[in-house]
Amino acid sequence: MFVRITQRDLLLAMRRRSDVLTTLFFFVIVVSLFPLGVGPEMSMLRTMAPGVVWVAALLASMLSLGRMFSSDHVDGTLEQMLLSPQSLSLLVLGKALAHWLVTGVPLVLMAPVLGIQYDLSADSLLVLTASLLLGTPVLSLIGAIGAALTLGLRGGGVLVSLLVLPLYIPVLIFGAGAVEASAAGLGAAAHLSLLGAFLLASMVLAPWTTAVSLRISME
Amino acid sequence: MQVGGPNGSGKTSLLRMLCGLAAPAHGEIRWGGSEIRSLGGAYFSDMTYLGHLSGVKDDLTALENLRISSALAGTEVDAGKAQDALQLMGLGGRELLPAKVLSQGQRRRVNLARLLVCDTVLWILDEPLTALDAAAVKLMQGVMERHLVKGGMIVMTTHQEIEIAAATIQRLQLS
Repeated sequence: MFVRITQRDLLLAMRRRSDVLTTLFFFVIVVSLFPLGVGPEMSMLRTMAPGVVWVAALLASMLSLGRMFSSDHVDGTLEQMLLSPQSLSLLVLGKALAHWLVTGVPLVLMAPVLGIQYDLSADSLLVLTASLLLGTPVLSLIGAIGAALTLGLRGGGVLVSLLVLPLYIPVLIFGAGAVEASAAGLGAAAHLSLLGAFLLASMVLAPWTTAVSLRISME
Repeated sequence: MQVGGPNGSGKTSLLRMLCGLAAPAHGEIRWGGSEIRSLGGAYFSDMTYLGHLSGVKDDLTALENLRISSALAGTEVDAGKAQDALQLMGLGGRELLPAKVLSQGQRRRVNLARLLVCDTVLWILDEPLTALDAAAVKLMQGVMERHLVKGGMIVMTTHQEIEIAAATIQRLQLS
């Protein structure tokens, strides 16, 4: 069932490609604006690159959170999910996986290309990509909680940012920190391990919390 | 069991409580002697709820909609069987159209086709006959009668006059 729900969400995303592309282009444009605005000072660009890429990734994944449950809520599919004999947490995990595949993976693939604008070394690019690969699924999982809590509220989009962005801070610190540490010659292993730990913890806790929030929102 | 009553008398609220989407303020709802909240998934696999909202996705075809909603409800349906159900509901030849081009009544038929492929005992139906034409109402009447003959149970609300032949019919009038 987990696979079915992921397949369904991917199929829906493929039928509505514009939604996927807006998130990706938002990311590309935000990241590209900084070198244009700050100027071609190489050393400065190198130091700010990880932070800029990570903040842009946070905002881009934020953009698409609203859609995670709202269309299912409007057309009644969410009711049927709550009444499914399958575990709701598992369904939520499937939806979060689909969300990551649609919004997270394109960012991960795009990041090394964008990193070249900031004159990052090959090592730094590799660490940046690895940190995004570990960190972006956490964004989808934590974001799902916020999306479930603000379901059906007016102005839910703003509220979801207020709820979720503070929770993203640890991911941001260790994600951007990994690249800085590797550039300083300290090695990124510690930062990446912590990101991995965040991922495991959120895989266990976030689907369950989201399922509880969905039941509360639907009552 | 047929639940009647004027608009706003709480028919939908009652049905939502019966299927476990809402919690009653007092009392408890039991299925086979146990409280439905404690049964969880076991109750949901005995029960099919069709509400006001169709749960039909605009971007998916009728066939995909039926197969995915059945899978969600715990019964995997193969393409052939789903096709037969849609055919029976009068949607033959339209299985591969995206649901957004279907009319209100046709979308309702896609939704109701789930009843043909599910094997649950209890059906909770909220206004299942709205937007259907006379032929489809007759068809649904037959489907429901067969379900009752097999020993199934139906709780439904409707404003339409419909005579379903059954061994025991209860009418609950809310006011």
